[in-house]
Amino acid sequence: MLEDITMPSLGADMTDGTLNEWLVKEGDKVDVGDIIAVLETQKGAIDMEVYSAGTITEILVAPVAKVSVGTVLARLALTDTSSQAPLKKERTETLTTELKTSDVTKEGISQEVNTQDTHSQHDNSQEAGVNILTAQVESVQAEAMQTSRVLASPIVRRLAKEQQLDLAGIKGSGPQGAILLADLNAFLANDEHENISKTASSEQNMRQAIAAAMAKSKQEIPHFYISLAIDISAAQQWLQRHNKNKSPDERVLLLALLLKALAKSLLKYPQLNGFYQDASLPSSVFQGDVSQGEGFKQASAIHIGNVISLRQGGLLVPAIHDVDKLSVQEIMESLRDITQRSRTGHLRTSELTDASITVTNMGERGADSVFGVIYPPQVAILGFGKNKKELILANDKVTEVDKITACLSADHRVIDGMIAAKFLNYLSKQLQQPERL
Amino acid sequence: MTTQTLSYREALRAGIEQALVDDERVFLMGEDVGRYGGCYGVSKGLFERYGDKRIIDTPICEAGFVGVGVGAALGGMRPIIEVMTVNFSLLAMDQIVNSAATLRHMSGGQLNVPLVIRMACGAGLQLAAQHSHSWENFYAHIPGLKVLSPATHNDARHMLIQALADPDPVLIFEHVMLLNTNGEVSEQSDAAMEKAIVRKQGSDVSLLTYGGSLAKAMAAAEQLQAVNISAEVVDLRCLRPLDTKTLLASVKKTHRAIIIDEAWLTGSLAGEISAIIMEQAFWQLDAPVKRIATVEVPIPYPSHLEQAALPQVEQIVAAAKDIMVAH
Repeated sequence: MLEDITMPSLGADMTDGTLNEWLVKEGDKVDVGDIIAVLETQKGAIDMEVYSAGTITEILVAPVAKVSVGTVLARLALTDTSSQAPLKKERTETLTTELKTSDVTKEGISQEVNTQDTHSQHDNSQEAGVNILTAQVESVQAEAMQTSRVLASPIVRRLAKEQQLDLAGIKGSGPQGAILLADLNAFLANDEHENISKTASSEQNMRQAIAAAMAKSKQEIPHFYISLAIDISAAQQWLQRHNKNKSPDERVLLLALLLKALAKSLLKYPQLNGFYQDASLPSSVFQGDVSQGEGFKQASAIHIGNVISLRQGGLLVPAIHDVDKLSVQEIMESLRDITQRSRTGHLRTSELTDASITVTNMGERGADSVFGVIYPPQVAILGFGKNKKELILANDKVTEVDKITACLSADHRVIDGMIAAKFLNYLSKQLQQPERL
Repeated sequence: MTTQTLSYREALRAGIEQALVDDERVFLMGEDVGRYGGCYGVSKGLFERYGDKRIIDTPICEAGFVGVGVGAALGGMRPIIEVMTVNFSLLAMDQIVNSAATLRHMSGGQLNVPLVIRMACGAGLQLAAQHSHSWENFYAHIPGLKVLSPATHNDARHMLIQALADPDPVLIFEHVMLLNTNGEVSEQSDAAMEKAIVRKQGSDVSLLTYGGSLAKAMAAAEQLQAVNISAEVVDLRCLRPLDTKTLLASVKKTHRAIIIDEAWLTGSLAGEISAIIMEQAFWQLDAPVKRIATVEVPIPYPSHLEQAALPQVEQIVAAAKDIMVAH
């Protein structure tokens, strides 16, 4: 069975994307989650995943090309029903056989020529035939040789290795087309120039994407906001114990606990975890999670989008998948991973498309509380403010506690205030027993 | 610092004279160095000024007087032995290689041979095949020797003093084509005798050379400037031990190297330097190393053929243009 691989939509407002590079070729076998292409979108450079296992049978769009969302980029023969996997091999074998046949023919004709040297006219035409065959054989061989190795001077090879450059795309001016230092420098100078303009335009793109999504959200979604100051003293103490004697890059941050608590709360209040489908949206946005028609569709898994602000401005919201099934430590690792990849590129398409709820965490440098704007088609966003110390009177005693304000922005078409309040209180309860998270 | 213009010959003589004045253990010995004033006129006037105890004429017997030099050095003297030319040094090679070079090692460090041997070398004077050799590399091959190649007038002036200060045998090669040329001489040496010197800074290609070929490399670098190729010229100065640090630093800067060597290509010092670059700077190279050496024939007598056999400025210029596109 064949499946189309299409330009994905990475947001409700995305209309097109640019195919920058294929990482697979026709005949390659792929598995679920393999990265098959690099796309340039309003969200920057994205690694495109494949959602089924199989063999790439056909590549329909050659890079670099800007195509609209939904355009078929390639076809995939699914593994279970596919009989096409050995196709490529057969082709190669045929080619080899053809070549061998040519050799034999050539030999045969040569012999004939030797025995018939008196019939010169006849021989000449045959010799011409031999020459053509020889030429064909040679050109095939030459092609095979050309693809085998990029010629480059030692210093070019060393620099390419150090800077992780692919030399294949660089035109060489040396003997046999070898790439020399001057070629590399010219290429890099060019590339840098392109990168600068690319960066500038991708920042502009991202701004436009944020503008479109947020404007749409505020115009269409009837937001309401509800907040609760949550005592996180227990959580902080647990973290202190947990992080004792750990190096900075092994330490768990509060956000990981908050995400885990949120995931558990969403299991109890699934109405906050999903999508509001408006009839005008293309269904591809939901990666198959939503049936046709208007209304709320609960998500099948808990994928939490995390707002990550970029140093150059703008933000990305990559998701951590199945947060309810991850340990706190694993969530922390995922957080570090997506934060780094958000800043260096290589986020995956699924991470940018299938978040079922979003968390925005202002952290220690942020505000007391944050009232987020819902990222459509999601129905809720949870914002955390910064940690504050408070004195409270409890059991006739004044004690110092750590508090943060959690603020839920919810889509009133789907959720009512009472559910939202219960949800926040349940979330708070989870955080009182961090060891059970 | 004051400088004066001297011929290469005068610079050599000034060095010898300083040595004679500075240290009474120093004497000059060789064929025709005294009454005749030296085959190439280097020691002219010294016999009259310093007498026959310090400027000693010898019979035509290289093995004998070089051997005497080794013995005198062992006995506490500081002999300067002049072998008329490198061509005749073959006759003294046993004394140089088997005695002078080995005695420190074979005596377990109890003996050393503070001997300096000067010899004229090189081709270009139409002296034919037997008198035009470039055998610096024979000696640069031998552990226990130090081999100097003063290519400038200042080095001609000061390297002898540095060589005499060394506790081991040092050979100095004086290229015959330089003797009549004039150049600047200052009161001090340019550097320690074992240091190579970048004579001209450049960024595109390193011209590595020594002795009689330095001036050719400098002239080539000047011509290359006109076609926007910036050549760096490195004067090796000391052929054993080689200052690999300086020559590799140059190659690391320019990524291209051409070695100019008046010896025959096969088994030349140019081959050794090329191998050092391959071993220690391969990943810095942007082009294969090139060598310009003498054509592998006995040096011809006729001038036009002799010149055709030797490395020339035009060849260096052509090779540099070539290497810029990595042929």
